[in-house]
Amino acid sequence: MSEQELEDRERRDFLGKVTAAVGGAGAAAACWPFISSMNPATNVLSKATTEIELSMIPEGETKTVSWQGKPVFVVHRSPDQIAAMSKSNSRIDPQPDEERAKKSEWLVVVGICTHLGCVPNKTDKGWSCPCHGSEYDLSGRVLKGPAPKNLELPPYDFVADDKLLIGKT
Amino acid sequence: MARLVISWIDRRFPLTKFIKHELTEYPTPRNLNYWWNFGFLAGFVLVLQIISGVFLAMHYKPDALLAFASIEHIMREVNYGWLLRYLHSTGASAFFVVIFIHMARTLYYGTYRAPRELMWWTGQVLLVLLMATAFMGYLLPWGQMSYWGAQVITNLFGATPMIGDEVVVWLRGDFVVGDATINRFFVLHFLFPFLICGMVLIHLVALHYVRSSNPSGFNLDAKDNIPFHPYFTTKDLFGLGVFLVIFCFFVFFYPEFFIESENNIPADPLNTPAHIVPEWYFLPFYAILRAIPDMLGGVVAMVLSILIFTAMPYLDRSKIPGGSRYRPAYRILFYVFVVNVAVLAYVGAQPPTDAMTLLGRIATFIYFGVFLLLPFLSKHEEKWLLERGLSREVLDLIEGEESHERRRKATARREETKR
Repeated sequence: MSEQELEDRERRDFLGKVTAAVGGAGAAAACWPFISSMNPATNVLSKATTEIELSMIPEGETKTVSWQGKPVFVVHRSPDQIAAMSKSNSRIDPQPDEERAKKSEWLVVVGICTHLGCVPNKTDKGWSCPCHGSEYDLSGRVLKGPAPKNLELPPYDFVADDKLLIGKT
Repeated sequence: MARLVISWIDRRFPLTKFIKHELTEYPTPRNLNYWWNFGFLAGFVLVLQIISGVFLAMHYKPDALLAFASIEHIMREVNYGWLLRYLHSTGASAFFVVIFIHMARTLYYGTYRAPRELMWWTGQVLLVLLMATAFMGYLLPWGQMSYWGAQVITNLFGATPMIGDEVVVWLRGDFVVGDATINRFFVLHFLFPFLICGMVLIHLVALHYVRSSNPSGFNLDAKDNIPFHPYFTTKDLFGLGVFLVIFCFFVFFYPEFFIESENNIPADPLNTPAHIVPEWYFLPFYAILRAIPDMLGGVVAMVLSILIFTAMPYLDRSKIPGGSRYRPAYRILFYVFVVNVAVLAYVGAQPPTDAMTLLGRIATFIYFGVFLLLPFLSKHEEKWLLERGLSREVLDLIEGEESHERRRKATARREETKR
């Protein structure tokens, strides 16, 4: 190597930076499998959807099913209840009842209070959370705080006349 | 901004000073060859084992009923679980390869000599901790080899005089290797690496106090030392690149190379496999164990075969440094020892036939013979070399070391008077 090449500081700095960049990118890429291994494994992912026979739930009844380990309330609403719900609304998080149910006689909501994650108990009017007293109506809309939002709607589809698939639309 | 933060820290913690003193400007002999890369590589593998191990532990279940299935879960369902496991299993073997080469380098160049005895002895402690960690980790997959390996090795403690049986039951927490055993082995397998880290720290503090040895075996003049950075950071990283090419070849193309196929059968306490062998890195010691017909004698011989390295600074009585480099007889002894260890490893892997037992006994005799011969051989060799006259190269180095010593003492005296 000639003296001149040794003294070419700019070239040296460039090579140093390129080396550091390639090495850094390699190290960062090598982190990925480790981070990824903490994500749900395939056996967990296979529980991503839940299928339910709707004929098991008579009118006016609620069934709690587990979807990804979370409780999901499936309510077979009566025509009276549907009528009442389409008239009323929530003041905290207003949303019309038609947007809350794909088929108006079937309400499907995630049974986790949007405040701090407790499971609300069924009441005549809807649900009431035992932790901090939030109340929801039969459309899963929040009537009384501290919950800030309506009960979450999971993705679901009626794959057959009496078959509900939760987790996929 | 960065400069402000660093100067803020420097007023409170010797960060820049430490990095300068111990890394960037740390004086390192300029004549280090590639055999001096393996300490760094051992450190790298230790970190790799701890990281891959921690991530495996997030998915593993230390339970006699669940362990085997949880390994299958890791292999089939956890994202990149196969990669974590193969990194860890191949890493265990890589660790021993690197450590054995690191030790062989020390023996070849005779760098266990004063003032580096504590480097050698902390290294011995690290070897024993590494063996214990590897042994306990090997039980965790709960396959047939895992199970019977642990059963046999814990049984060795039955050779303890008087209370042998009680010790074995205490170690296992059960009458055979069982649920209690796998649970405690998992805990200890997780704990020991941190003991290793602590010991490595002591190893490094000792290293930076006595400074790196070098192939000449002499302490070099200050002018023959160069800063660690960029010269040896670059050399270590290049060595790491070569290591990773070989390591990844096994991880990705031959991951099962170091795994006994028998271990893919779940542990069965009622059925011993026809031919059990320990992991390859225990084979030479296992061969020594089997070579002695008496149980207690075998265990003692096996323990001694590891602990005897500790005596090296005293067994080697020659004043001529440089190990094999300037000492032909020592060099022959070194190669005899290495070949003999390979023979022992081969014997350890074979079923115990008459011929193998005989070969194992001869090799065991040579193994200890080498250590016992060394004090006499080194003394005679020294006399012979001095009579024959040392080469110009060695004389120059001796002179260099003496002037180095004189200067060091002079500086020490000056500082003494100043105070």
